Amino acid sequence: MIKMLSGNEAVARGMWEAGVAVASAYPGTPSTEILENYALFPNVYAEWAPNEKVAVDVAIGAAYAGRRGMAVMKHVGLNVAADSFMYASMTGQEGGLVIVTADDPAMHSSQNEQDNRTFAKFGRVPCLEPSDSQEAKDMVRTAFELSERFDTPVLLRLTTRICHSATAVELGERNAPAAEPKPFPRNPAKYVMVPGNAVKRHPVIEQRIRDIALFAETFPYNRLEPGGRSLGILTCGVAYQYAREVFPQASILRLGMTWPLPEKMIRKFSQSVKRLIVIEELDPFIEEAMRLMGIAVEGKSIFPITGEFDPRVVRESAITAGLLPESAHFPLPDVETGPLPGRPPVLCSGCPHRPTFYILNKLKVPVNGDIGCYTLALTAPLSAIHTCGCMGAGIGVAHGAAKAGSPEHHVAVIGDSTFFHTGIPALVNVVYNNSPVTTVILDNRITAMTGQQENPGTGRTLLGQETTRVELEPLVRALGVRHVQSVPGYDVKAIEKLLKEYIKLDEPSVLIAVEPCALLPEVRKRWIPLEVLADKCNGCTLCFRIGCPAILKSEELDEKTQRPKALIDASLCTGCEVCAEICPRDAIPFRPAEVEMEGDAS
Amino acid sequence: MKETINFLLCGVGGQGTILASDVLVNVGLAAGFQAKQAEVHGMSQRGGSVTSHVRWGKVVYSPLIGAGEADVLLAFEKLEALRNLKVMRPGSLALVNMQVIEPLTAISGDQAYPSDETLRKAFAQVTSHVEYINGEEIAASLGNLKVANVVLLGALSALLESGGQAGAGLTPEVWLKVIMERVPPKHIELNRKAFQAGREAVGK
Repeated sequence: MIKMLSGNEAVARGMWEAGVAVASAYPGTPSTEILENYALFPNVYAEWAPNEKVAVDVAIGAAYAGRRGMAVMKHVGLNVAADSFMYASMTGQEGGLVIVTADDPAMHSSQNEQDNRTFAKFGRVPCLEPSDSQEAKDMVRTAFELSERFDTPVLLRLTTRICHSATAVELGERNAPAAEPKPFPRNPAKYVMVPGNAVKRHPVIEQRIRDIALFAETFPYNRLEPGGRSLGILTCGVAYQYAREVFPQASILRLGMTWPLPEKMIRKFSQSVKRLIVIEELDPFIEEAMRLMGIAVEGKSIFPITGEFDPRVVRESAITAGLLPESAHFPLPDVETGPLPGRPPVLCSGCPHRPTFYILNKLKVPVNGDIGCYTLALTAPLSAIHTCGCMGAGIGVAHGAAKAGSPEHHVAVIGDSTFFHTGIPALVNVVYNNSPVTTVILDNRITAMTGQQENPGTGRTLLGQETTRVELEPLVRALGVRHVQSVPGYDVKAIEKLLKEYIKLDEPSVLIAVEPCALLPEVRKRWIPLEVLADKCNGCTLCFRIGCPAILKSEELDEKTQRPKALIDASLCTGCEVCAEICPRDAIPFRPAEVEMEGDAS
Repeated sequence: MKETINFLLCGVGGQGTILASDVLVNVGLAAGFQAKQAEVHGMSQRGGSVTSHVRWGKVVYSPLIGAGEADVLLAFEKLEALRNLKVMRPGSLALVNMQVIEPLTAISGDQAYPSDETLRKAFAQVTSHVEYINGEEIAASLGNLKVANVVLLGALSALLESGGQAGAGLTPEVWLKVIMERVPPKHIELNRKAFQAGREAVGK
């Protein structure tokens, strides 16, 4: 049966066909849909972990227990999980262990575009790279077989363009290994990495990667496509598709395993062609390895080291390098459209994070932000995020700035899921080393940015089971924070009052702004749009300053001010009443209590 | 037909562009082509621009379309239509839905939303094969704004037939079968009407 599957759906299918026993992940674009789709298969175990390190440890535990374990993450997640990834390489495991890294060339949804093939080399671990959805599915099984055969973790590297492209896939049968778990191993020489044991393991893993390099010489996904002799191309991943499209006549060596490399195969290929190039996105990873082999090759001198490729990038670079004639150029239309208003992503209408940032902007404090929907508060009119580096960074950055004598009171802002991810140790540090940092936890009870995934504060698992909800306020108190209070997320006045109080303290404080994400299905049912009373609105523009996409400029001008009155788009308005709270002329009435009750009942 | 047909779909989150591109790639497959689809920008829930590429052909390698290589533009919104005009192949086919969704930069900022005149003039510089359609109006006349995307697909199917780009295998039945597999049973008749209304809207 043939189906159109995205790369992520294909990996999920491959996991099911290969019989993954335990799959753990933290959501992150472009990887999120892998576990979401895997969780839909019958009788599987899949979970959201609080962070990627935990996810990798969980997958390792399953593999130590003799079953197939898998951890899934975006590229920067592997930074968080690096410690576990590295020890797993040292120990190997009893059952198969596969770690999926979804890299993000062009940074569609990331803070950097690091090339995680380097992690494979760093950890002496093989790296597989599919070029389409069919291979994404099939390589899951191949990765487990490789893992079990060589007693090694395997890195399956995807990129955004593989994850989020749909191509035809011939589905396979489920063929899972026997489900009987073996007794848990008592083998400290292999599994207890104290120095005395670790020194003996290091030579083992160096030999292992040499053995895999030999295996790579006959690995079927390292595929030679013979063509003309004038140009030879080494390529991998989605870049193969662009290479094939732009150079239909060339000889191509497509590497399905990009670490370790099949040296003999590459050497033989390089001798068979006149000019040799590497087409690979991001780092010159294959190119540099070939240079170390002593092979003369061109790569990043022709193709960009930044961003993602497409047929035009590859074609234009090739024309510049004289690999293609000028006539290969596709002209762009000769048209002038003038400046067009941008359409950056914004906090949704009814977003419960909005009041907090409206107040933070008003208080003019430095805000050390974090990764989540709330990072969108960096743009005007809220303009209230001043740093954002990675998950869990904001609280530590605020503490460091305070300790350095930054003259202003620092506020760290973090989401509930990010707080569980890596925020907790940073807050422990604020308490332990005592800095007057105010931490705001924006608790919307869900991991919203990646599309409403459950987290430890949701009360429900990925598989839809009810579970214990980790409560933030008792947790924060238990860490030793004396000034902590939960406030309804839409209560502009209460947030302002408490923040004003907290930023005067000379010890740690935590404000928890609680309100479920406005896009949750159960919350959508309660949406009741508000209206602007045109005769009361004088076009003061205050409500525009909360940056709500549901508040538009009406065509009607106020007679005195000659400014446009506000107008609410009923199709977008959720009725959160934040605009009503801040309107100085009561031009936006609150929804009547009885309507609210009716809404709740539905 | 040409070796490949490259479709560029663009709009704003929530307009149904993702469903439309899913339909389009599966119509290609059902009509006997190789087909690939790539979601290029997908900030669908946060009011951002949404772009998706669909390619049909005897053989399709790249899931992405390079700038200057889009043969068909299906634009769900006027500003997004204009934004993507610069990556069209000169002389290509364009179907532009006349909906306006003002971005915050035009509401609370001082950037102006482009006029219809700007839009039409710019498109005329690139191609003479432009059809403007009011999908929301047609959908509203059928009683459900959400089927505007199927209205557009209907219009696109008729334009592809009259232009002869897609060969004889591409009948309205192929489109309808793929669409019906993707809508709730209670909305099948509504979507059939929407598809037909789209076909008629450009058949004049």
